[in-house]
Amino acid sequence: MTQFKLNEQQLEAAFQARVDAEQKIEPKDWMPETYRKNLIRQMSQHAHSEVIGMQPEGNWISRAPTLRRKMVLLAKVQDEGGHALYLYSATETLGVTRDELIEALHDGRAKYASIFNYPSLSWADIGAIGWLVDGAAIVNQITLQRTSYGPYARSMVRICKEESFHQRQGYESLIVLANGSPEQKAMAQDALNRWWWPALMMFGPHDAESAHSAQSMKWKIKRKSNDELRQAFIDQTMPQIEFLGLTVPDPDMKWNEQRGSYDHGELDWDEFQRVINGDGPCNRDRIEHHKKAHAEGEWVRDALRAYESKKRQRLAA
Amino acid sequence: MSSEQQLKLFEVFVRSKRGLDHKHVGSLHAEDAEQALEYARDCYTRRSEGVSLWVVNSSDIVSSQEEDAESFYDPMDDKPYRHATHYQLPDAVNNM
Repeated sequence: MTQFKLNEQQLEAAFQARVDAEQKIEPKDWMPETYRKNLIRQMSQHAHSEVIGMQPEGNWISRAPTLRRKMVLLAKVQDEGGHALYLYSATETLGVTRDELIEALHDGRAKYASIFNYPSLSWADIGAIGWLVDGAAIVNQITLQRTSYGPYARSMVRICKEESFHQRQGYESLIVLANGSPEQKAMAQDALNRWWWPALMMFGPHDAESAHSAQSMKWKIKRKSNDELRQAFIDQTMPQIEFLGLTVPDPDMKWNEQRGSYDHGELDWDEFQRVINGDGPCNRDRIEHHKKAHAEGEWVRDALRAYESKKRQRLAA
Repeated sequence: MSSEQQLKLFEVFVRSKRGLDHKHVGSLHAEDAEQALEYARDCYTRRSEGVSLWVVNSSDIVSSQEEDAESFYDPMDDKPYRHATHYQLPDAVNNM
């Protein structure tokens, strides 16, 4: 245990001064208990999102239309598992165990991005997920490369670098569909219709209603507000929708010359709350599947422990 | 000095600046981890090279072997689709 020479108030002042000076907080530094808790919540939620996010995409691996698309999708889903691992490990530097994190996911105390509670119904959904879901995640993650907690910031740098192909592969496959037969183009439009609003909800509630935002901004855990990030995503995505020749499913979407930005319609916040609180189309399936996979992997962990103890006994003999 | 008397070997890692990873800088002999940390300070950070030091028992480091490179890394060479540059997008949307 690290010993600190200052009292709590001095420590907190020094901590905030360090954050204000854009310096990173590192695992062995003193930090307010609420900062630690807030980070554990956000980082584990991020890790859970990576791992639960493997399910809607994994759903199409065996049905990918070509071998190339299958290899690409496998590589992407594999990346998501790796990203969960970076994030769980970074979260563990805050003094929480992997088992505790998984338990919180299973009993519903920990959340994950609500978008993964929507089903992937057609192949076009896989393109839409890469383009919109990863696209929205990247907008958020780019700012998190500057988050105040060192291990989180460093894992974000790595994740952003690896994820640069995720969005492009999704968009590339939608270009093919959007320029294909009328049925294929309709599939692409249908996927956009279903994924657009949930993608915008990924940025969370409006700033005024966001429970953790103000404190997280002060601690520089978050670097940009939910509404700022959502607007940035809309502005960068609209030209991409137009290029595909598809229609954004928002009749209120309009370019605002004055702001140099798009005005958009209001999100369905009732739906947002419903899905966050467990009543989306796939919430139960996602957690059941994770529990099942975790339980079915138990024999591997048992075998590792048994082998480890056998090795130790041999060494002792 | 006979090998039994030789002090343990430690690997030294220095974080040059907050926010950056610790980076391996070298090694030294010491009786225990605490002493290794002090020696590392004297040895590797005489010119304010760092803000944080890690010392790790060299014998605790497990390393891949050069001759295993093939089985470790070759399978990655034929997966160009893991790179963003593999996906050719039209100029209009290429800043993705």
